[in-house]
Amino acid sequence: MRLIVHNMLTCNIKGVINKFPLRIEAEKVIKKEVDFNPDFLRHMLAKIEWKALVDGARSMGYTELPDHAPALESDEPFLRKFHHALLELNLEEGSLVCQESGRKFPVEKRVPNMLLHEDEV
Amino acid sequence: MKLKQLEGLLGDLQQFSNPKVELEQYPTGPHIASRMLFTAENSYGDITDKVVADFGCGCGTLSAAAALLDAACVIGFDIDPQSLETATLNAEELEVEIDFVQCDVTKLELKGQVVGTVVMNPPFGTRKKGADMEFLSAAMKVASQAVYSLHKTSTREHIKRAALRDFNAKSAEVICELRYDLPKLYKFHKRKEVDIAVDLWRFEPRQN
Repeated sequence: MRLIVHNMLTCNIKGVINKFPLRIEAEKVIKKEVDFNPDFLRHMLAKIEWKALVDGARSMGYTELPDHAPALESDEPFLRKFHHALLELNLEEGSLVCQESGRKFPVEKRVPNMLLHEDEV
Repeated sequence: MKLKQLEGLLGDLQQFSNPKVELEQYPTGPHIASRMLFTAENSYGDITDKVVADFGCGCGTLSAAAALLDAACVIGFDIDPQSLETATLNAEELEVEIDFVQCDVTKLELKGQVVGTVVMNPPFGTRKKGADMEFLSAAMKVASQAVYSLHKTSTREHIKRAALRDFNAKSAEVICELRYDLPKLYKFHKRKEVDIAVDLWRFEPRQN
Protein backbone atom coordinates (compact mmCIF):
# COMPACT_ATOMS: atom_id res chain seq x y z
CA MET A 1 0.00 0.00 0.00
CA ARG A 2 1.45 3.34 -0.98
CA LEU A 3 0.70 6.59 0.82
CA ILE A 4 -1.34 7.94 -2.09
CA VAL A 5 -3.81 5.13 -1.28
CA HIS A 6 -3.55 5.63 2.50
CA ASN A 7 -4.52 9.26 1.93
CA MET A 8 -8.01 8.22 0.86
CA LEU A 9 -8.78 5.23 3.11
CA THR A 10 -11.17 5.73 6.02
CA CYS A 11 -12.67 3.56 8.73
CA ASN A 12 -16.30 2.91 7.73
CA ILE A 13 -17.38 1.08 10.88
CA LYS A 14 -20.91 2.08 11.85
CA GLY A 15 -20.94 4.92 14.36
CA VAL A 16 -17.30 5.96 14.03
CA ILE A 17 -16.91 9.70 13.53
CA ASN A 18 -13.15 10.17 13.50
CA LYS A 19 -12.57 7.97 10.44
CA PHE A 20 -9.49 9.56 8.95
CA PRO A 21 -6.61 9.24 8.84
CA LEU A 22 -5.82 5.66 9.82
CA ARG A 23 -2.66 5.32 11.87
CA ILE A 24 -0.02 3.13 10.27
CA GLU A 25 1.73 0.35 12.17
CA ALA A 26 4.53 -0.69 9.84
CA GLU A 27 6.14 -4.12 10.04
CA LYS A 28 7.73 -4.30 6.61
CA VAL A 29 8.27 -1.36 4.25
CA ILE A 30 9.78 -1.60 0.78
CA LYS A 31 10.98 1.16 -1.51
CA LYS A 32 10.35 0.96 -5.21
CA GLU A 33 11.49 3.57 -7.70
CA VAL A 34 8.78 5.21 -9.78
CA ASP A 35 9.17 7.71 -12.64
CA PHE A 36 9.24 11.32 -11.44
CA ASN A 37 6.30 13.31 -12.86
CA PRO A 38 6.45 16.91 -11.53
CA ASP A 39 3.25 18.10 -13.26
CA PHE A 40 1.29 15.27 -11.70
CA LEU A 41 2.82 15.99 -8.30
CA ARG A 42 1.93 19.69 -8.47
CA HIS A 43 -1.61 18.72 -9.37
CA MET A 44 -1.76 16.32 -6.39
CA LEU A 45 -0.45 18.85 -3.89
CA ALA A 46 -3.82 20.59 -3.66
CA LYS A 47 -5.66 17.29 -3.19
CA ILE A 48 -3.53 15.50 -0.63
CA GLU A 49 -4.20 15.71 3.12
CA TRP A 50 -0.73 16.90 4.05
CA LYS A 51 -0.62 15.99 7.76
CA ALA A 52 -1.83 12.45 7.03
CA LEU A 53 0.96 12.10 4.48
CA VAL A 54 3.66 13.41 6.83
CA ASP A 55 2.51 11.17 9.71
CA GLY A 56 2.12 8.19 7.39
CA ALA A 57 5.61 8.68 5.97
CA ARG A 58 7.07 8.96 9.48
CA SER A 59 5.40 5.68 10.46
CA MET A 60 7.10 4.10 7.46
CA GLY A 61 10.50 5.49 8.46
CA TYR A 62 10.70 8.54 6.18
CA THR A 63 11.11 11.82 8.06
CA GLU A 64 12.25 14.22 5.33
CA LEU A 65 8.87 15.80 4.60
CA PRO A 66 8.32 19.31 5.99
CA ASP A 67 5.39 19.83 8.38
CA HIS A 68 3.78 22.10 5.81
CA ALA A 69 3.99 22.09 2.03
CA PRO A 70 6.07 25.11 0.96
CA ALA A 71 4.49 28.06 -0.86
CA LEU A 72 6.96 27.69 -3.75
CA GLU A 73 5.69 24.32 -4.90
CA SER A 74 7.83 24.31 -8.01
CA ASP A 75 10.87 23.77 -5.79
CA GLU A 76 12.34 20.53 -7.19
CA PRO A 77 14.03 19.18 -4.05
CA PHE A 78 10.70 19.42 -2.27
CA LEU A 79 8.86 17.70 -5.13
CA ARG A 80 11.40 14.87 -5.03
CA LYS A 81 10.65 14.28 -1.33
CA PHE A 82 6.91 14.52 -1.98
CA HIS A 83 7.31 12.02 -4.84
CA HIS A 84 9.27 9.60 -2.69
CA ALA A 85 6.78 9.69 0.17
CA LEU A 86 3.64 9.56 -1.95
CA LEU A 87 4.63 6.96 -4.54
CA GLU A 88 7.84 5.09 -3.65
CA LEU A 89 7.24 3.87 -0.09
CA ASN A 90 5.17 0.71 0.03
CA LEU A 91 3.79 -0.92 3.16
CA GLU A 92 4.24 -4.64 2.56
CA GLU A 93 3.10 -5.88 5.98
CA GLY A 94 1.49 -4.03 8.88
CA SER A 95 -1.83 -2.56 9.99
CA LEU A 96 -3.99 0.50 9.53
CA VAL A 97 -5.52 1.48 12.85
CA CYS A 98 -8.72 3.44 13.36
CA GLN A 99 -7.89 6.26 15.80
CA GLU A 100 -11.36 6.15 17.38
CA SER A 101 -12.32 2.48 17.60
CA GLY A 102 -8.83 0.96 17.66
CA ARG A 103 -9.86 -1.53 14.97
CA LYS A 104 -6.89 -2.82 13.00
CA PHE A 105 -7.16 -3.34 9.26
CA PRO A 106 -4.36 -5.73 8.29
CA VAL A 107 -2.03 -5.05 5.37
CA GLU A 108 -0.60 -8.26 3.88
CA LYS A 109 1.52 -8.54 0.73
CA ARG A 110 0.90 -4.81 0.15
CA VAL A 111 -2.90 -5.22 0.16
CA PRO A 112 -4.94 -3.59 2.94
CA ASN A 113 -8.03 -5.58 3.94
CA MET A 114 -10.81 -3.11 4.65
CA LEU A 115 -13.60 -5.71 4.86
CA LEU A 116 -15.87 -5.18 7.87
CA HIS A 117 -17.24 -7.91 10.12
CA GLU A 118 -21.03 -8.35 10.22
CA ASP A 119 -21.46 -6.44 13.47
CA GLU A 120 -19.49 -3.46 12.21
CA VAL A 121 -21.68 -2.65 9.22
CA MET B 1 0.71 2.41 -27.49
CA LYS B 2 -1.44 1.10 -30.32
CA LEU B 3 -4.80 -0.54 -29.69
CA LYS B 4 -3.71 -3.89 -31.14
CA GLN B 5 -0.62 -3.95 -28.93
CA LEU B 6 -2.69 -3.15 -25.86
CA GLU B 7 -5.19 -5.85 -26.74
CA GLY B 8 -2.36 -8.36 -27.20
CA LEU B 9 -0.81 -7.63 -23.81
CA LEU B 10 -4.16 -7.89 -22.03
CA GLY B 11 -4.84 -11.22 -23.74
CA ASP B 12 -1.84 -12.75 -21.96
CA LEU B 13 -3.15 -12.01 -18.47
CA GLN B 14 -4.16 -14.81 -16.11
CA GLN B 15 -7.88 -14.98 -15.36
CA PHE B 16 -10.05 -16.45 -12.60
CA SER B 17 -8.98 -20.03 -11.81
CA ASN B 18 -12.08 -20.75 -9.71
CA PRO B 19 -14.65 -18.08 -10.50
CA LYS B 20 -17.24 -17.46 -7.80
CA VAL B 21 -20.71 -17.34 -9.32
CA GLU B 22 -22.22 -15.38 -6.42
CA LEU B 23 -19.81 -12.53 -7.14
CA GLU B 24 -20.56 -12.67 -10.88
CA GLN B 25 -16.88 -13.19 -11.63
CA TYR B 26 -16.43 -13.01 -15.39
CA PRO B 27 -13.21 -11.95 -17.06
CA THR B 28 -13.26 -8.68 -18.98
CA GLY B 29 -11.93 -9.84 -22.34
CA PRO B 30 -9.00 -8.04 -23.97
CA HIS B 31 -11.20 -6.85 -26.85
CA ILE B 32 -13.57 -4.91 -24.59
CA ALA B 33 -10.94 -3.83 -22.05
CA SER B 34 -8.57 -2.41 -24.64
CA ARG B 35 -11.31 -0.49 -26.46
CA MET B 36 -12.78 0.83 -23.25
CA LEU B 37 -9.53 2.31 -21.92
CA PHE B 38 -8.22 3.37 -25.33
CA THR B 39 -11.38 5.40 -25.91
CA ALA B 40 -11.25 6.87 -22.40
CA GLU B 41 -7.78 8.20 -23.10
CA ASN B 42 -7.88 9.10 -26.80
CA SER B 43 -11.33 10.67 -26.88
CA TYR B 44 -11.47 12.15 -23.40
CA GLY B 45 -7.96 12.27 -21.87
CA ASP B 46 -9.17 10.48 -18.72
CA ILE B 47 -6.34 7.97 -18.20
CA THR B 48 -2.76 9.18 -18.90
CA ASP B 49 -1.25 11.04 -15.90
CA LYS B 50 -4.47 10.55 -13.91
CA VAL B 51 -5.32 8.63 -10.75
CA VAL B 52 -7.51 5.75 -11.93
CA ALA B 53 -9.56 3.43 -9.71
CA ASP B 54 -10.85 0.05 -10.93
CA PHE B 55 -13.95 -0.97 -8.95
CA GLY B 56 -14.46 -4.73 -8.76
CA CYS B 57 -11.08 -5.21 -10.44
CA GLY B 58 -11.14 -9.02 -10.35
CA CYS B 59 -7.92 -10.21 -11.97
CA GLY B 60 -7.00 -6.63 -12.87
CA THR B 61 -7.59 -6.45 -16.63
CA LEU B 62 -8.91 -2.88 -16.64
CA SER B 63 -6.28 -1.84 -14.10
CA ALA B 64 -3.54 -3.27 -16.30
CA ALA B 65 -4.93 -1.43 -19.33
CA ALA B 66 -4.92 1.85 -17.40
CA ALA B 67 -1.34 1.29 -16.28
CA LEU B 68 -0.22 0.44 -19.81
CA LEU B 69 -1.80 3.70 -20.98
CA ASP B 70 0.37 5.55 -18.44
CA ALA B 71 -2.08 6.44 -15.72
CA ALA B 72 -0.08 8.19 -12.96
CA CYS B 73 -1.50 5.83 -10.37
CA VAL B 74 -3.85 2.83 -10.64
CA ILE B 75 -5.76 1.34 -7.70
CA GLY B 76 -7.75 -1.88 -8.01
CA PHE B 77 -10.54 -2.57 -5.48
CA ASP B 78 -12.07 -6.04 -5.03
CA ILE B 79 -13.70 -8.16 -2.34
CA ASP B 80 -12.09 -11.50 -3.31
CA PRO B 81 -8.58 -12.30 -2.05
CA GLN B 82 -7.88 -14.95 -4.71
CA SER B 83 -8.63 -12.53 -7.52
CA LEU B 84 -6.40 -9.92 -5.92
CA GLU B 85 -3.56 -12.45 -5.79
CA THR B 86 -3.98 -13.14 -9.51
CA ALA B 87 -4.20 -9.40 -10.18
CA THR B 88 -0.95 -8.85 -8.27
CA LEU B 89 0.78 -11.53 -10.37
CA ASN B 90 -0.58 -9.98 -13.55
CA ALA B 91 0.81 -6.57 -12.59
CA GLU B 92 4.19 -8.15 -11.89
CA GLU B 93 4.17 -9.95 -15.26
CA LEU B 94 3.50 -6.70 -17.08
CA GLU B 95 5.99 -4.83 -14.90
CA VAL B 96 3.44 -2.14 -14.04
CA GLU B 97 2.73 -0.57 -10.68
CA ILE B 98 -0.83 -1.15 -9.41
CA ASP B 99 -2.04 -0.76 -5.81
CA PHE B 100 -4.78 -3.13 -4.65
CA VAL B 101 -7.31 -2.79 -1.83
CA GLN B 102 -9.50 -5.61 -0.52
CA CYS B 103 -12.93 -4.24 0.36
CA ASP B 104 -16.64 -4.19 -0.38
CA VAL B 105 -16.83 -1.39 -2.92
CA THR B 106 -20.47 -0.74 -2.08
CA LYS B 107 -19.54 0.01 1.55
CA LEU B 108 -16.33 1.89 0.87
CA GLU B 109 -15.91 5.48 1.99
CA LEU B 110 -12.98 7.23 0.36
CA LYS B 111 -11.88 10.67 1.49
CA GLY B 112 -11.01 13.54 -0.78
CA GLN B 113 -10.76 14.13 -4.49
CA VAL B 114 -7.62 12.15 -5.30
CA VAL B 115 -9.28 9.67 -7.68
CA GLY B 116 -9.92 11.26 -11.07
CA THR B 117 -11.36 8.42 -13.11
CA VAL B 118 -13.18 5.24 -12.13
CA VAL B 119 -13.25 2.38 -14.64
CA MET B 120 -15.28 -0.74 -14.01
CA ASN B 121 -16.96 -3.86 -15.32
CA PRO B 122 -19.42 -4.22 -12.44
CA PRO B 123 -21.65 -7.18 -11.63
CA PHE B 124 -24.81 -6.94 -13.73
CA GLY B 125 -27.04 -7.73 -10.76
CA THR B 126 -28.04 -11.22 -11.88
CA ARG B 127 -26.99 -12.83 -8.56
CA LYS B 128 -27.34 -9.95 -6.13
CA LYS B 129 -30.18 -7.74 -7.34
CA GLY B 130 -29.21 -4.09 -7.72
CA ALA B 131 -25.48 -4.73 -7.56
CA ASP B 132 -24.93 -2.83 -10.82
CA MET B 133 -26.62 0.27 -9.38
CA GLU B 134 -24.71 0.01 -6.09
CA PHE B 135 -21.41 -0.06 -7.96
CA LEU B 136 -22.44 2.92 -10.07
CA SER B 137 -23.51 4.89 -7.02
CA ALA B 138 -20.20 4.14 -5.30
CA ALA B 139 -18.18 5.11 -8.37
CA MET B 140 -20.00 8.44 -8.77
CA LYS B 141 -19.11 9.36 -5.18
CA VAL B 142 -15.43 8.69 -5.71
CA ALA B 143 -14.57 9.96 -9.21
CA SER B 144 -13.81 13.66 -9.55
CA GLN B 145 -13.57 13.54 -13.35
CA ALA B 146 -15.28 10.57 -15.04
CA VAL B 147 -16.72 7.09 -14.62
CA TYR B 148 -16.52 4.42 -17.34
CA SER B 149 -18.77 1.43 -16.83
CA LEU B 150 -20.34 -1.52 -18.66
CA HIS B 151 -24.03 -2.27 -18.26
CA LYS B 152 -26.47 -4.47 -20.14
CA THR B 153 -28.08 -2.61 -23.03
CA SER B 154 -31.46 -3.80 -21.75
CA THR B 155 -30.99 -1.54 -18.69
CA ARG B 156 -30.11 1.58 -20.66
CA GLU B 157 -33.07 3.83 -19.78
CA HIS B 158 -33.02 2.77 -16.15
CA ILE B 159 -29.30 3.52 -15.81
CA LYS B 160 -29.56 6.94 -17.46
CA ARG B 161 -32.43 8.00 -15.23
CA ALA B 162 -30.75 6.80 -12.03
CA ALA B 163 -27.41 8.39 -12.89
CA LEU B 164 -28.86 11.83 -13.65
CA ARG B 165 -31.50 11.85 -10.95
CA ASP B 166 -29.93 9.97 -8.02
CA PHE B 167 -26.18 9.61 -8.52
CA ASN B 168 -25.12 13.20 -9.09
CA ALA B 169 -24.29 12.85 -12.78
CA LYS B 170 -23.84 15.99 -14.87
CA SER B 171 -23.91 13.81 -17.98
CA ALA B 172 -24.53 10.15 -18.82
CA GLU B 173 -23.66 8.99 -22.33
CA VAL B 174 -23.49 5.63 -24.03
CA ILE B 175 -20.19 5.81 -25.90
CA CYS B 176 -20.74 2.59 -27.80
CA GLU B 177 -22.49 -0.72 -27.79
CA LEU B 178 -20.32 -3.82 -27.48
CA ARG B 179 -20.92 -7.55 -27.58
CA TYR B 180 -19.69 -9.25 -24.43
CA ASP B 181 -18.68 -12.85 -25.20
CA LEU B 182 -19.26 -14.92 -22.12
CA PRO B 183 -17.64 -18.34 -22.35
CA LYS B 184 -19.19 -21.28 -20.54
CA LEU B 185 -17.68 -20.64 -17.13
CA TYR B 186 -20.13 -22.18 -14.74
CA LYS B 187 -21.77 -25.63 -14.65
CA PHE B 188 -25.25 -24.15 -14.99
CA HIS B 189 -24.36 -22.50 -18.31
CA LYS B 190 -26.05 -24.60 -20.98
CA ARG B 191 -24.64 -22.98 -24.08
CA LYS B 192 -20.95 -23.09 -25.02
CA GLU B 193 -20.83 -19.36 -25.41
CA VAL B 194 -23.26 -16.54 -25.03
CA ASP B 195 -23.18 -13.05 -26.40
CA ILE B 196 -24.66 -10.17 -24.40
CA ALA B 197 -25.28 -6.65 -25.68
CA VAL B 198 -23.60 -4.20 -23.30
CA ASP B 199 -23.29 -0.42 -23.30
CA LEU B 200 -20.03 1.34 -22.53
CA TRP B 201 -21.07 4.36 -20.50
CA ARG B 202 -19.25 7.55 -19.62
CA PHE B 203 -20.62 9.49 -16.66
CA GLU B 204 -19.42 12.87 -15.51
CA PRO B 205 -20.04 13.69 -11.84
CA ARG B 206 -21.13 17.17 -10.79
CA GLN B 207 -18.36 19.03 -8.97
CA ASN B 208 -18.73 18.35 -5.23
